[in-house]
Amino acid sequence: MTAAAFAFYAFALTTLVGGLFTVLSRNPVHSVLWLILAFLSSAGLFVMLGAEFVAMLLMIVYVGAVAVLFLFVVMMLDIDFAELKAEMAKYMPLALLIGIIILMQLFMAFGVWNFSDGAAERVAAPQGDVQNAVALGQLVYDKYLMLFQLAGLILLVAMIGAIVLTMRHRSDIKRQSPIAQMMRDPAKAMELKDVKPGQGL
Amino acid sequence: MIGLEQYLTVAAALFVIGIFGLFLNRKNVIILLMSIELMLLSVNINFVAFSHFLNDLVGQVFTLFVLTVAAAEAAIGLAILVCFFRNRGTIDVEDVNVMKG
Repeated sequence: MTAAAFAFYAFALTTLVGGLFTVLSRNPVHSVLWLILAFLSSAGLFVMLGAEFVAMLLMIVYVGAVAVLFLFVVMMLDIDFAELKAEMAKYMPLALLIGIIILMQLFMAFGVWNFSDGAAERVAAPQGDVQNAVALGQLVYDKYLMLFQLAGLILLVAMIGAIVLTMRHRSDIKRQSPIAQMMRDPAKAMELKDVKPGQGL
Repeated sequence: MIGLEQYLTVAAALFVIGIFGLFLNRKNVIILLMSIELMLLSVNINFVAFSHFLNDLVGQVFTLFVLTVAAAEAAIGLAILVCFFRNRGTIDVEDVNVMKG
């Protein structure tokens, strides 16, 4: 077995183990950590496929943002997870049955699948001999600029939506009032008294 | 030698693990969202594998957009979850019945 094949099988195995324990783990914090393992090892798979930019993006976006967001929510909310996990055994046979059926369907589809004739001639954007990030940048900022901007818009809408959903104004805490701070008059804020010696005020 | 089939097998197995998780954790919305992330990841593996073996970069561009949508979906989903937990004090899917649907 070559080093590349060994690396592929190692990354593939850790991806699948990470995914499996994400859904099986009893503690949701452990679930998130297994999810991070799955993301990291699939980033390794992407590097092996020559997609370095997407691999690094996967690490930054998924591990750096999404997984940390999950971790944050799991730790912030005070949830009794033992109660939620109690019925897991009840759903196990159904889940296994559906999983095996879908797996068999996927393998039946992939078993008879093949590239169509002349697929190599219909390639839209060949890699060329430039680096992966350079080639992707030339594609995204030129041919797919509109889609790229729309992706940014999706993120903006998601950000605004998340803020609107989770922000609440609590009336029982003391808040900063910028208007009151700006309208404050220095002349009225402090009064200077000239205290005579021996007389007092 | 590692060909396209191996990558497709990994992606198919990961997708099925995601569906398995959806059925296994019927009550816990957080794990449900994580299962959806796993399924999207397997789709991304498919895209990148095809992109490599067809020598076509558009697959990787599409992976970029799938990644964007996955991040947005996770953010919105978790925001809704936090909002729901504040109002009801639980994240059990079976308690999501305010609209009597």
